Amino acid sequence: MKLLTHNMLTSKCMKGVNIGYPLKIKAVDLKESEVDFNPDFISRIIPKLDWNVLVSAASSIGKNENLPEDLLPEYEKNTEFLKRVHHVLLEVDVVNGELICPESGRKFPINNGIPNMILNEDEV
Amino acid sequence: MFPCMKLRVLEELLQDVTDFTKPKINLEQYVTPPHLASHMLYTIQTQYGDIKDKSIADLGSGCGALTIGAAVLEAAFVIGFEIDPDAIDIYLDNIGDEDMLNADVICCDVRSIPSRFDKFFDTVIMNPPFGTKHNQGIDMQFLTRAFELSRGAVYSLHKTSTRKHVLKTAKLQGVVGEVIAELRYDLPASYKFHKKSSVDINVDLFRFEMN
Repeated sequence: MKLLTHNMLTSKCMKGVNIGYPLKIKAVDLKESEVDFNPDFISRIIPKLDWNVLVSAASSIGKNENLPEDLLPEYEKNTEFLKRVHHVLLEVDVVNGELICPESGRKFPINNGIPNMILNEDEV
Repeated sequence: MFPCMKLRVLEELLQDVTDFTKPKINLEQYVTPPHLASHMLYTIQTQYGDIKDKSIADLGSGCGALTIGAAVLEAAFVIGFEIDPDAIDIYLDNIGDEDMLNADVICCDVRSIPSRFDKFFDTVIMNPPFGTKHNQGIDMQFLTRAFELSRGAVYSLHKTSTRKHVLKTAKLQGVVGEVIAELRYDLPASYKFHKKSSVDINVDLFRFEMN
């Protein structure tokens, strides 16, 4: 699971959960791999992300890459910055671990890079 | 024409994608054969340029034929959503140690994809359950969710016999759709109720444009 995916996931579908965001990450295994850098795509995706959640998620697994607390102005012109965001979003994989609902504490396992968000019948 | 690798090369790559070992009838798991998946993706890329450099969702991604195919065609990022962990295991076997694959798969019910994903994707592609057996209406639930998730276009396969119904469902939601290809699904007899050894089903490849 990439941090881009984490930035979008919630546990809001659960009964009794209001926001379910952001999910905490417990990373057991991480993997880093190289993915083609596409600056246009990264510039386009940044406005759709919750920036603060990205920064704290990256920090929580030790892969912050010196991302600033606040998004840089005119980031789309800053290739060096976009490369760092690219790395954090797409090149860091949580292979094994857990996502944890901030409200209920429900744990969603991550195995082989796949987060399992399936709920039991009594949880929806 | 938008740039794309040769159709023959894409089809050969997808030949290696393994199918469901034990398909589950309640989930209507039919594979997307390499022939069908490659033609679908090739058409979407060459005619509309809706794969390369785009963010893509594959709803009901199963063993990953469309997810892998879209990643191979240089999508900026692909997310597959699949409810069945056994199908995802086959997907994982299919990608093997391929680190380059720019895709994630999430194990979840397509109907409970978080609303944060609404309008997140440039393109949604899918080969949804046909909604026939014990699953009536599931195909239209997939389609409705796809419209919410995409800001660009939705491509979906449906039985030709349901064409009017598909177009009507889309229209009710203010979405205009058109059939951009008529394909034949040579379905191996995967289930006991199939009396013949293989069944040809005519399917439409729809394109829906989001406003």
